[in-house]
Amino acid sequence: MYKILRKERLNDTTTLMEIHAPHVANKALPGQFIIFRIDEAGERVPLTIADANRETGGVTIIFQKVGATTRLLDALEVGDSLLDFVGPLGKPTQTEGIQRAAVLGGGLGVAIAYPQAKALHQAGAKVDLFVGFRNRDLIILEKELRAACTELNIVTDDGSNGRKGFVTDALREKLEAGETYDAVIAIGPLPMMRAAANLTRPYGIRTIVSMNSIMIDGTGMCGGCRLIVGGETKFACVDGPDFDGHQVDFDSAMKRLNLYKAEEAQASEHICRLTGGKR
Amino acid sequence: MPNMQMQKTPMPEQDPIARGHNFQEVALGYTAEMAVNEANRCLNCKNMPCVSGCPVGVKIPSFIDCIKKGEFAKAYSVIRETNSLPAICGRVCPQENQCEKHCVRGVKGESVAIGRLERFAADEGMRAQVAPPAIQENGKRVAVIGSGPAGLSCAGALRQKGYAVDVFEALHTPGGVLVYGIPEFRLPKALVEKEIDSLRAMGVNILVNRVVGRFATLDELLATYDAAFIGSGAGLPRFQGIPGENLGGVYSANEFLTRINLMKAYDFPNHLTPVRVGKRAAVIGGGNVAMDAARCALRMGAEEVTIVYRRGEAELPARAEEIHHAKEEGIQFRFLTNPTEILGGEDGYVRAMTCVEMELGEPDASGRRRPIAKPGSEFTLPVDTVIVAIGNSPNPLIPQTTPALATQKWGGIVVEEGSLKTSVPRVYAGGDAVTGAATVILAMGAGKEGAEEIDKLLSEA
Repeated sequence: MYKILRKERLNDTTTLMEIHAPHVANKALPGQFIIFRIDEAGERVPLTIADANRETGGVTIIFQKVGATTRLLDALEVGDSLLDFVGPLGKPTQTEGIQRAAVLGGGLGVAIAYPQAKALHQAGAKVDLFVGFRNRDLIILEKELRAACTELNIVTDDGSNGRKGFVTDALREKLEAGETYDAVIAIGPLPMMRAAANLTRPYGIRTIVSMNSIMIDGTGMCGGCRLIVGGETKFACVDGPDFDGHQVDFDSAMKRLNLYKAEEAQASEHICRLTGGKR
Repeated sequence: MPNMQMQKTPMPEQDPIARGHNFQEVALGYTAEMAVNEANRCLNCKNMPCVSGCPVGVKIPSFIDCIKKGEFAKAYSVIRETNSLPAICGRVCPQENQCEKHCVRGVKGESVAIGRLERFAADEGMRAQVAPPAIQENGKRVAVIGSGPAGLSCAGALRQKGYAVDVFEALHTPGGVLVYGIPEFRLPKALVEKEIDSLRAMGVNILVNRVVGRFATLDELLATYDAAFIGSGAGLPRFQGIPGENLGGVYSANEFLTRINLMKAYDFPNHLTPVRVGKRAAVIGGGNVAMDAARCALRMGAEEVTIVYRRGEAELPARAEEIHHAKEEGIQFRFLTNPTEILGGEDGYVRAMTCVEMELGEPDASGRRRPIAKPGSEFTLPVDTVIVAIGNSPNPLIPQTTPALATQKWGGIVVEEGSLKTSVPRVYAGGDAVTGAATVILAMGAGKEGAEEIDKLLSEA
């Protein structure tokens, strides 16, 4: 069992939890993820590792209430336990040789982009961080983000805070003004990562995206997370989750991400009816 | 007096029509009376040809003798001396190619139903909660990677010799293919759990949610263990590489079976993992995994399930009993047929499959006749679920994170012939991780052999 050490509501839909899992905390590196299962009837769900504390053995995850499992997770409190918590999984982000980086995070992807920016920043790289939210009420981790970069750019879809528009608009301005980067790391919804890859392609800037495929085992034994990269089938859980954004087939990835929409809604309703969102 | 009836005592089974709609075990097992009746068919041969056919050397005539005398729990203890998982072996071993193949009674009539008797003894023994054997600790520690048949059998054998054994399992439930692959209706999961619990009762320590290569590398484990055994299996699914394989509704057999068996998607939404099965399902391949996937698809509500196999019926690699059960349940077979493309609709889901007819040419390197596509024979098969069961490769994670571990081109771990020794000192490997996909009992045999080799190494030291 894996105990919840800390719980913090970051906004109405987003929650941070620190889970006690020393064997994961000891080894976790930016870009890696965990898979958790709440109880015997639960499904296995992947989440990126947002932070890890080797002293306390705590692993931080940040999630949005989007379906049955994340709602059940959100209903748990400090002192409760998760039945299963496995990781670190996937390959860590390859950041060698990056001196000047743009890190893009969209929505919940901000929580995933944060450890990447922090690691690069701590390694001495100059990091421009671009984070995007739908509106000002959804902004999370502002203080932490500011400490993890050289320059923080906050954008909101509706302009309610920071500049109006998308993270890619802000990056476009920089590029058009002649700014250069060794790498762009883009993490967020698939359309955002696709837009980032399309933007950097003509500039020839190495662009790393973190693919959020549907997963089951997360160890390479089922291929549920497969996607097409450079014309070849890859498994996001073992070959990724980071890939070259210029090689990823985003259209087929989007279709695969939506495969179980109907079942997700059904499960969510079932949990709600049975328990009001709790077990 | 031995029972001289020529045929095996029949074993009751669920009705084929009824069982097509449930996940309960198909074969129901012997009653005590049936078991004693069948045990009496054994002639108790002096040279015991049956034992030579068993990869783990179960003392067959002596456990059958216990059954004859009605000492069922003792029969279980006799089997456990050489086999850590008898309730499982009695159900899933291809006995026709092993112990039963060599049975003297099989010369005229049917061989003794050794598998059914093993199953009976194990079920009875577990019910009676036979106490684990006393263990003399030797103070040495061994790490076992993977809790499938190879790892469990290695762990059980080492523990019996007095080693402290830690088994590292990547998934949340131990058992490997026994829990995620072989379906409930062939091997009830509660039973696998019970059998694994009896290993725990012996003191085998099983750690789940531990992916070796990620939370610790093999080299890091070797710093605190005297030796290691790799039984990580062959769990990396192969795809054909044809267009359309990434469409919705196309599954590897591993994904399909994992969702259903391990995650219990058949009980969705009480269990939260979904699986989607349409009206017409096609399973590509002809092995046991293909039969399991097809029979699961049927139980998930598919009205028409077709096995699409590129060779002929005679070449099917699945067990005769599985093919027979599949046919009884109404699974269709299309032999000498190979898919060339999977076609999808606007919504990204599969709609149909383009196939070609095949004919068999000259034997290839494996000795089987090579299938060749007939030009101009393309046709379209309407399907809404496709399950790819054309085989698995060894998982590359441990070799990738252990540079000194030598592997074959196709991914199998290289071991020294006759010793299961890998290229890394103090590390042994066995089962599908070495041979590629094979059978449960061969993996168990390799696990046992690995335990003996490790014992040899560590007793010399």
